[in-house]
Amino acid sequence: MSADTAHMTDYKFKLSNNRLGLWLFILSDSFVFGGLLVTRYYLLGGHRPELDQMLGLIVTSVLLVSSFFMNRAETAIAHGDRQNFIVSTAITMILGIGFLVGVIGFEWRTAPFGPSDGAAGSVFYMMTGMHAFHVLTGVLFLFVVLRNGLRGRYSAERHWAVEACANYWHFVDVVWIFFYPALYLLGTPAG
Amino acid sequence: MKILKLGIIRGVIAQIVGTAAGVGLVTGLRALMGLPAWAAEPAAVGGALIGIICFLAGVGALTDWWKWALGEEVEDHHGPDPRGWERYFGVSVDHKVIGIQYGVTSVALLLVAGSFALTFRTELVASGIQFLSPALYNTLMGLHGIVMIAAILLGVGAMSNYLVPLMIGARDMAFPRLNAFAYWVNVPGAVLVVSTLFLGGFDTGWTGYPPLSARAPLAMQMFFLGVYVVGLSSILGSLNIIVTTLRMRAPGMNMFRMPIFVWASFATALIGLTATQLIGLSFQMVMIQRLFGMGFFDPEKGGNVILFQHLFWFYSHPAVYVFILPGLGIVSELLPVFARKPLFGYKWIAMSSLAIALVGFLVWAHHMFTAGMEEYLRVPFMYATLLVAVPTGVKFFSWVGTIWRGKLEFPTPMLFTLGAVVVFLFGGLTGPPNGTVATDLHLHDTYWVVGHFHNTMFGGFVYPFFASIYYWFPKITGRKLDERLGKIHFWLMTPAFWVMTFGMMWIGLLGMRRRIADYDPAQGFDGVHLVLTIAAFVLATSILVFVINLIFSVKGGEAAEGNVWRSRSPEWQIASPAPEHNYDRPFKVVGEPYDYGLPGSTYVDMNPAMAGD
Repeated sequence: MSADTAHMTDYKFKLSNNRLGLWLFILSDSFVFGGLLVTRYYLLGGHRPELDQMLGLIVTSVLLVSSFFMNRAETAIAHGDRQNFIVSTAITMILGIGFLVGVIGFEWRTAPFGPSDGAAGSVFYMMTGMHAFHVLTGVLFLFVVLRNGLRGRYSAERHWAVEACANYWHFVDVVWIFFYPALYLLGTPAG
Repeated sequence: MKILKLGIIRGVIAQIVGTAAGVGLVTGLRALMGLPAWAAEPAAVGGALIGIICFLAGVGALTDWWKWALGEEVEDHHGPDPRGWERYFGVSVDHKVIGIQYGVTSVALLLVAGSFALTFRTELVASGIQFLSPALYNTLMGLHGIVMIAAILLGVGAMSNYLVPLMIGARDMAFPRLNAFAYWVNVPGAVLVVSTLFLGGFDTGWTGYPPLSARAPLAMQMFFLGVYVVGLSSILGSLNIIVTTLRMRAPGMNMFRMPIFVWASFATALIGLTATQLIGLSFQMVMIQRLFGMGFFDPEKGGNVILFQHLFWFYSHPAVYVFILPGLGIVSELLPVFARKPLFGYKWIAMSSLAIALVGFLVWAHHMFTAGMEEYLRVPFMYATLLVAVPTGVKFFSWVGTIWRGKLEFPTPMLFTLGAVVVFLFGGLTGPPNGTVATDLHLHDTYWVVGHFHNTMFGGFVYPFFASIYYWFPKITGRKLDERLGKIHFWLMTPAFWVMTFGMMWIGLLGMRRRIADYDPAQGFDGVHLVLTIAAFVLATSILVFVINLIFSVKGGEAAEGNVWRSRSPEWQIASPAPEHNYDRPFKVVGEPYDYGLPGSTYVDMNPAMAGD
């Protein structure tokens, strides 16, 4: 075996470890979000917070679209298309920031209740806050990937960081797919 | 500045500076937002949080990740650690060093938590208030609980970190850096938990139930944050163990040829990885409720305190399986060695660990039978709880089958192993009355529960932990612990322990409440409490003998470099202390792990013919 192939075998072995590790992390983290969903139903039951439906729809769309670009970025780098990878990563990051601005900047300000106004407020700020914290870490992760990507750190064979970032981003997106209906759609407005 | 070369010193300095900076930051932010600038609680929480991060940065646990984020190539290992004691005081990615760091911290915290217990035990010697104010009593009692829990989690980390890679023939854990991080994050966590003593204490006990915890002094926040951080360590450590077990086994070692301790450790990690998040969440919610006035657990705002108990016990019951499963694994590991017989029912034991872990997820509400939760939940949780007895029974059956007609030897590790079996048996037998609704309504919050719990913890963790230290000490240091002192330790500890726990259960049945600083002299418990306190001091003396033994044997113990216990396990086939990268070349598993006494059977081939040779 040449030193190069030995290196690659080693990398592939570690890559599989890393993948399993990330999936386990996601499993673990989903217990937090599960706990928050339980909290929401335990405290509010069939009611939901009174929220701006239009804004909710917009931020949800932004986040879902960002996942599309995330996937595009990962596919691009897997095929060695660095240009496309950089552009798609940047778009994902911008959409992620857009989501944060929508939730923290607008929804939090315009909601008819504050965090200390009853159970609906507590649940809403806790769920969106915890999710926004994850989006924020995802944006930071994207920033690191983008910066290192611009310096040409990733190749078609070696781009674990991009893959990890993408999987984490999709996970945060999937969480929102559960949180959005639980907060905005299901149940009658609490008023 | 030679002392600054020690990571822990840098870490502590950074934590102090970071805490001060965090306090300043929060105060400044509040001033900018137009709020009253000084508020002790947000400032303290912000300071503590930034202090933790600064500790980790100062000790060097974040360095590699920081470099990675900047786009530098970083290797998993940086070459050999410094020789000598210094390497234990800084970041090392060697799982053996980390295992020992966990172990030493665990023993240190056991001593701290034990001394808390002795203090309030002395207060209970007679009815009436002797020398502790009720508030300090409450704080010490809560700290005894939580510091012991941290100590046990660290002890579990010690055993699984040191042993799992060695046992499965791996060079290290799957994620060495994460492993180091998971150890070091405990240190600022422990600092925060103990800091509660100096910040006014807390009076909720280790469970931190709201509404009391929502109103307790500022120290409550430090308690929550410290425990949260220790929990984070548990989660990350578990993740590492699972990946290591699934991915790094030696050739030929399928899941049913792993040493049985690895199974126990794996099952434990499944709980630690997932359930721990929910105690973290519940503690976070109380912290946030206190900081921002949210109403999760405030009935006036539509909150519900029972919700906290559900989230809390979803982890905190499985947590006791985190504490005991590795210990029970040690028992299964050592019995065949000292009985010179195959382990009876290997697959059953492996599966019973997994079963205990999984059923453990479905039993949490048995802590809440008297809490006012929905009544229809009582019976299902009762049955699920009693179901745990089945896999536990499987373990006992198999242990008895292993000892049966064996050629038993009784060195100190075996004494502690047998001690564990007997003590845990009583822990197990005294459990179902608590799990059964009708009897629990009477027993809840009495000393009966305290006695039961100490039986399970001693049988499931303390005895096996001591057994494992006596057993693997030669592997770690190349020297044996003194046998005579070891036997004194065992024979002092065991009778004292029995007196203590049976006494507790007895007065518990008669109506002694747990968690109280005083009791009515008319109950007639004064004499019993005096005996319990004497027993506690005898037990403490035995621990002192153990610590003296540890200190003297590290340098002065009898040299023991070979396979001192005639074990079949791979870690005993190499030199002691184990070389830096464990095995020079991968070994191959060719047989069953526990075929002790069967002529001609081998477990591992240490020098397999390599395919490429």
